[in-house]
Amino acid sequence: MAVKTKKAAAKKSNTIKLKFDTGWSYTPAPESKTSASIKPQYDLFINGEWTKPQSGKYFGTINPATEEKLSEVADANAADVDKAVKAARNAYEKVWKKMPAKERAKYIFRISRMIQEKARELAIIESLDGGKPIRESRDFDVPTAANHFFYYAGWADKLEYAFPNRTTAPLGVAGQIIPWNFPLLMAAWKIAPALATGNTVVLKPAETTPITALKLAEIIQESDLPPGVVNIITGAGATGAAIVNHPDINKIAFTGSTDVGKIIQRAIAGTDKKATLELGGKAANIIFDDAPIDQAVEGVINGIYFNQGHVCCAGSRLYVQESVAKQVIRKLKDRIESLIVGDPLDKNTDIGAINSRQQLDTIHKYLKIGKQEGAEMYESSCPLPKKGFWCRPTIFTNVAQSNRIAQEEIFGPVLSVLTFRTDDEVIEKANNSPYGLSAGVWTDKGSKIFNMTKRMRAGVIWANTFNKFDPTSPFGGYKESGFGREGGLHGLLPYLNLVN
Amino acid sequence: MDTTVKKSTLSISENGIEKKSSEKRLEVLKTYKIYIGGQFPRTESGRYYQPENASGKKMGNLCLSSRKDFRDAVVSARGAFGSWSTRAAFNRGQILYRMAEMLEGRKAQFVDELIQQGSSKAKAEKEVNQSIDRLIYYAGWCDKFQQIYSAVNPVASSHFNFSVPEPMGVVAIVAPQADSLLGLVSVIAPVIAGGNTCVVLASETKPLCAVTFAEVLNSSDLPGGVVNILTGKTKELNEWFVNHMDVNATVYCENDSTVKAMMREKSALNLKRIFFYDQIKWETESGQSPYFIIDTQEIKTTWHPVENIAGAGSGY
Repeated sequence: MAVKTKKAAAKKSNTIKLKFDTGWSYTPAPESKTSASIKPQYDLFINGEWTKPQSGKYFGTINPATEEKLSEVADANAADVDKAVKAARNAYEKVWKKMPAKERAKYIFRISRMIQEKARELAIIESLDGGKPIRESRDFDVPTAANHFFYYAGWADKLEYAFPNRTTAPLGVAGQIIPWNFPLLMAAWKIAPALATGNTVVLKPAETTPITALKLAEIIQESDLPPGVVNIITGAGATGAAIVNHPDINKIAFTGSTDVGKIIQRAIAGTDKKATLELGGKAANIIFDDAPIDQAVEGVINGIYFNQGHVCCAGSRLYVQESVAKQVIRKLKDRIESLIVGDPLDKNTDIGAINSRQQLDTIHKYLKIGKQEGAEMYESSCPLPKKGFWCRPTIFTNVAQSNRIAQEEIFGPVLSVLTFRTDDEVIEKANNSPYGLSAGVWTDKGSKIFNMTKRMRAGVIWANTFNKFDPTSPFGGYKESGFGREGGLHGLLPYLNLVN
Repeated sequence: MDTTVKKSTLSISENGIEKKSSEKRLEVLKTYKIYIGGQFPRTESGRYYQPENASGKKMGNLCLSSRKDFRDAVVSARGAFGSWSTRAAFNRGQILYRMAEMLEGRKAQFVDELIQQGSSKAKAEKEVNQSIDRLIYYAGWCDKFQQIYSAVNPVASSHFNFSVPEPMGVVAIVAPQADSLLGLVSVIAPVIAGGNTCVVLASETKPLCAVTFAEVLNSSDLPGGVVNILTGKTKELNEWFVNHMDVNATVYCENDSTVKAMMREKSALNLKRIFFYDQIKWETESGQSPYFIIDTQEIKTTWHPVENIAGAGSGY
């Protein structure tokens, strides 16, 4: 009898709800906007100069948290793209290709340092323009962007050590198109390795988040990088298409959706353009019953709600071993209650604004689909601001492998929870996806970790951690998540020809 | 069909008995079949074609493989991928070496077929020797290339982080037309050395030794399905090699810009990796390198947390 009560008590204590949200509330702690300067209008950065767009057209970029216009940026057309490519070609042939590698390196080091110097301003603008929590832009996006330049700067004069028995040659002009989820960081991921390997660049930031890339253009101008080595032009899909289709571009580097990636691959068929595509994902995050559950729950929360779930490698499919499913789901529900949704500039905020109305509509579409498919939806009860684009952290349970919310990328703070019994079953389910960007596994058993990390078909695997990034660590997908790697030694090859 | 072209050009025929022209024995003709899943079926289509050598002689009735044959071969290759890719790299090396041994043992037959296909004797012998050596070369790489192209990445956070190559999966290969044996071996070996499985379309005009090479594979401890070899028309099959949804990568070895453009376009369907080996001189040193292995490898990066125990900093 005594044993029984003890057991019952132990079971009960396991489900005690942690009361994060009572007694204490957070006083707003907003970051001041005063240290950020945003011009009312930005032109195109071509050949080291700010250039008016040929069409004379500009479009607005807003703060998704308030829907207020922050600035307006130029809409580059095919003629502007051509101008930028010509500048890049000229800089490649006349300056950059011929410059001693160690001098090239010093320019890139300099850019890295200047990003660090302006880190606070960049972080504030990143949160204003993109809606991400200041904590993330301050502690992750901006420092990692600076580090990325610093890391690749050092490679510039050491390339002969990277590829045994080969010498290397740059490709020429790289056309780079980046997404809106990590605007400055993605610009760094693209520009830094391209410059280190001796290429010149035409880069287009996403139309909803162009400002930090334009601030980077200001830094590049200030760094005295020779004109034309980096050109930054703004615009929407048509501008991107003009870059992809420009005949004098040697390399396309694209991060974005799988659909657009496929369009690019088709568009460059019949040309000699090389491509790196970093596309969508639907990462499996697997919790075994022997995992440290509280740590795992934190990892899952970080895996899906980091950056509002606008992360291609987000752990959006959670597989929980049946024996702990109830406990994990309970803890997840409790935990999302404690997430603070609101002002991206507030240092307490966990989940900021959804990047755009269009993306919010996509997320809502999937919430509807999930419910229609018979999954159970649970969302946090937190209040949402009146203006701006917001989505509560959401969990779907009772999800089937074939459900669209388990197959398709939602790109929002929406987690689909599925269960499994055996290792083989979960491997089968985790790999049953056209994507293969990332995956996660939570267990206390070392040999099981290596079994899982080996058998999961994905380019980046996190064991007992999730959403970790580093300039030295290659990133990129298997299957329809794209090809080529960014970061680390392996991130050099996509910008080089190997010569015998 | 003119049977005289089948006549061996060597003084010793296969059974070792010297031929006497006076009592001419009726030769047994070889049925050239395709190789799928470790078996030698005829094409499901029931069709055949008769490739001719330079002097216009028909060399045999070769299977004119169909799209369905290709799909069957992909199923076999996918089925074989799991156990081939997880097999010890050392063991894969031994099997590639065994393939070289088997090829060495049947040298005469390959020389014979290369001559039938229009090669001179000296060239044929050289090509067979080089093919054997190429297999040995890649046998040695099986358990080494990973060490060259892996990295332990010094991340700034408290994690153990490393990147290793892993095979892409099923690779569809349209083999070189000219170097019917050496080219074939040169494109298959790096793909399977890295743990992939493959479906190969043999040289259309010179398919004989590809079929015989399948017999070498079949007697080399190479598990069925790892290499599947089809014969047929490139024009008919090129497209299927690149638009099948369960193929991870396609290798194309001819310099036909229309086909290349078509392949790049179709590859977008499931974003298969695509490689054009049209500028490679297979008979030279540049026809072999670990970079061919790396082409059909993905890089996987794994992160493990490293515990930080307070006070355990310096250890002194």
